Amino acid sequence: MSIDVQAPGEQDFAPPESRQSGAGTWGLGEMTDLERSSQLQLMREGKLGSIHSWELVTAVDGPGTRMTVFMNGCPLRCVYCHNPDTFQMRDGKPIMIDELLKKVKRYRKVFKSTGGGITISGGEVLMQRAFAENLLISAKSLGIHTCIDTSGYLGRTVTDEFLDYVDLVLLDVKSGDEDTYKKVTGRELQPTIDFGDRLNALGKDVWIRFVAVPGYTDSYENVEKVADIVCRWPNAVKRVEVLPFHQMGTDKWESLGINYELKDVQPPSKEETERIRDQFRARGLEVY
Amino acid sequence: MTAQAHIDEDLLIRPEFADAWRNFADGEWKRGVEVRDFILKNYTPFEGDASFLAGPTEKTLRVWDTLEKKFLSVERKQRVYDVDTETPAEIDAFGAGYISEDDDVIVGLQTDVPLKRAMMPYGGWRMVETAIREAGKEPNENVKKIFTEYRKTHNEAVFDIYTPRIRAARSSHIITGLPDAYGRGRIIGDYRRVALYGVDALIADKERAKDSVADKGFSEHWARYREEHSEQIKALKRLKNMASKYGFDISGPAKNAQEAVQWTYFGYLASVKSQDGAAMSIGRLSGFLDAYFERDLAEGTITESDAQEMIDALVIKLRITRFLRTIDYDQIFSGDPYWATWSDGGFSDDGRTLVTKTSFRLLQTLRNLGPAPEPNITIFWDENLPDGYKEFCSAISIETSSIQYESDPQIRQHWGDDAAIACCVSPMKVGKQMQFFGARVNAAKALLYAMNGGRDEMSGKQVVEGYEPITGDGPLDFDEVWNKYEHMLDWVIGTYVEALNIIHYSHDKYAYESIEMALHDSDIIRAMGCGIAGLSIVADSLSAIKYAKVTPIRDETGLIVDYKTEGDFPAYGNDDDRADDIAATIVHTVMSKIKAIPLYRDAIPTQSVLTITSNVVYGKATGNFPSGHRAGTPFSPGANPENGKDTHGMVASMLSVGKLDYDDALDGISLTNTITPTALGRTKDEQVKNLVGILDAGFVPEED
Repeated sequence: MSIDVQAPGEQDFAPPESRQSGAGTWGLGEMTDLERSSQLQLMREGKLGSIHSWELVTAVDGPGTRMTVFMNGCPLRCVYCHNPDTFQMRDGKPIMIDELLKKVKRYRKVFKSTGGGITISGGEVLMQRAFAENLLISAKSLGIHTCIDTSGYLGRTVTDEFLDYVDLVLLDVKSGDEDTYKKVTGRELQPTIDFGDRLNALGKDVWIRFVAVPGYTDSYENVEKVADIVCRWPNAVKRVEVLPFHQMGTDKWESLGINYELKDVQPPSKEETERIRDQFRARGLEVY
Repeated sequence: MTAQAHIDEDLLIRPEFADAWRNFADGEWKRGVEVRDFILKNYTPFEGDASFLAGPTEKTLRVWDTLEKKFLSVERKQRVYDVDTETPAEIDAFGAGYISEDDDVIVGLQTDVPLKRAMMPYGGWRMVETAIREAGKEPNENVKKIFTEYRKTHNEAVFDIYTPRIRAARSSHIITGLPDAYGRGRIIGDYRRVALYGVDALIADKERAKDSVADKGFSEHWARYREEHSEQIKALKRLKNMASKYGFDISGPAKNAQEAVQWTYFGYLASVKSQDGAAMSIGRLSGFLDAYFERDLAEGTITESDAQEMIDALVIKLRITRFLRTIDYDQIFSGDPYWATWSDGGFSDDGRTLVTKTSFRLLQTLRNLGPAPEPNITIFWDENLPDGYKEFCSAISIETSSIQYESDPQIRQHWGDDAAIACCVSPMKVGKQMQFFGARVNAAKALLYAMNGGRDEMSGKQVVEGYEPITGDGPLDFDEVWNKYEHMLDWVIGTYVEALNIIHYSHDKYAYESIEMALHDSDIIRAMGCGIAGLSIVADSLSAIKYAKVTPIRDETGLIVDYKTEGDFPAYGNDDDRADDIAATIVHTVMSKIKAIPLYRDAIPTQSVLTITSNVVYGKATGNFPSGHRAGTPFSPGANPENGKDTHGMVASMLSVGKLDYDDALDGISLTNTITPTALGRTKDEQVKNLVGILDAGFVPEED
């Protein structure tokens, strides 16, 4: 095999403008012939997961090249979600944990050489806590770096022991302002703050993610409030990633037949995105 | 018929040899033509980083600037800068030519003016005439008369022999782009021999080899051996004559680094003056030249800046190689490539890295002169390469997108530690092995032929007789389609390899690469480099038939012209064994069919999965597929997954490609990835580190 790496384009070190996710579960055997009751039992035990998709990504969901697993089911209804087909747990594919672990094992070498690992994302990873915990325990026992990508809304439901198996938390702070948070996600902000406080107390590594959505989350005041919150966690936060909103998820909203209120919203300009990054930088944070 | 290469004793006692080889460690290389042995005894592995490198000299910048302003910018506007219509090309046909007065570091042009293209009519006159007219000039009537009335060409010979089925396959485009009207290329002369031994020693060696069989009595094989040796000796004499026009006497060995680079380049120059092969690769020079640089640096006769200037000058020359080609040819090959591939990196069999300071100097040319596709720099990657080198490769990749990577363990295991790539992926032992270039057969179209019983899905014509089409309008059955495909491949591969045998028989006879072969051992390995196009389309289509429901759609004559595919199916390139195993089975099946056919000159059958060059042309000539691939659209290149179907990330696609068995594709497998730097990380350091990690991961089999 020869590989020809082409790297066109100017280098502005901006974070990836868009990413493909929701690519399906190819390569994972599905459990399709289970009775509903035994399915539920296996899910409660954390042996069966409702999985949207998996992907091997680089420099996107944590350090190095990572296997990101997108879980189905989310308590939030973010208006800008680019994976609305993960809202419902029932829309995922039933995958046994051993199937997933076979893949994780196969990629150990990839993780080792790139300084990567696994990232459990969603949906909301903590909706399927038992499954996530089993996956994290197994990954740690294989010496693999682990990461969860969460809104923190269900943070209070996980034990400190669960967090022992997590090396890095990607914590999405979707808004700093209570009302805006509610408007954007349909839920309250406080659980996220509480979870962050707890991660800070535990001294966990945290990368903050903030999606800049024009007209929703991008105002100067709102960003200042997010920065205020992030500054509560000096023991935890290692970097802040400002992700410009994009329209990659539009087709999914349409095919699901859900009203997509952001269909006319344009991605923020480079200058706007930089302005927001600068607000975080002004607090002495490492920002991308 | 064996003839062990050796150096005559009386040459060795000549004082110029003692001087040229001063301070070099002794070895077998002094008693026979063994460049590899010389390198291993004399090179210095380098484990450091790029901080020692020098930028471009003023002279380098001036030469490059003149080239750009006076020549390259003009060529870009008019496609061809100029053509010489009077002088059929030959090693010493042209007088000396220079880019400018500053062009005195490493000299030599193909003709008398930079970028001016020469006629090379031995492959075929028609191609030459078309190319001359397309360049806006008129052919010389006398030259035309010679090559149409008096002198038979390769192209004419091929068509004298071609069978009806080959003609049918060519006109329906199931086989196209064959080297039956142009130079085959993919032969790497060991140009280092010119520098290490000088031409007289090489001539003496060939004379001796030729006469070592003088008393064996006539056979056709024997006569060809002797005649080819005579051609090689004549070519070596012309090489000396050509160098003398530039004021150099290269009868003896090079005495310092400047001469070593110059002599080596003269060897390559002689090749590209006399042959316009599809790929004219330069081989593996860094370790060899580095021995000379290290000696001169130790003797205090050159500085690092001088060394870099020489490599920059050589690379400038490799960037302005030009061949007279037609617009059609440019379409098949997507541009005007000549694949001056320079292989580097890797390890020696004794466990030392072959990375030297000159490996860094070669990469540095991309900074000093800016990015360029030629020479096609190909790094033999191993996760144990020195960190400084890995990081430099990665950084230069990110800055210039001009580096290609191969797995060093894979190549070394099969072809040894002095192998180099010809063209894009074809490995060979330098000076000990050559390839009969086989272009590629349209393996995707063959699937449509299988289902239509040999009728062409585009024209409706019955191209192949004696095959039953799929009947009925129900969903396709995987086993039935696979059986028909295997059966149809017998015809397709049989026709294809028959054409290749004819082509190489004729090429040896009428367009023999005498200077390139003069820089090979007398007894060499020959490989027949067959190839396939459209792998991902066949794999995905068979996967669709197996895992989804595929119903044929017919036109009024019953010809299947499209497919209705319902349901999900795994696509090749996502590290899903269901689809990847189908792809590996296709490659294996094709290989076993090639192996069953006797090959010209007892060549070793090999296969490549490489379509960087003809994916657009093949796509145009091919219909709709069960996978959803649409008629007339380009194939994805090489072993790449179908465009847009590799949805699980680049590393997953690398792992899928890695499942193709290298033993089934010893001529190489290519995967082209386009990565934007920002997709590799947030900072340059992160990008460099992540690319190193991806290359390490992609080239190493997973743990169980």
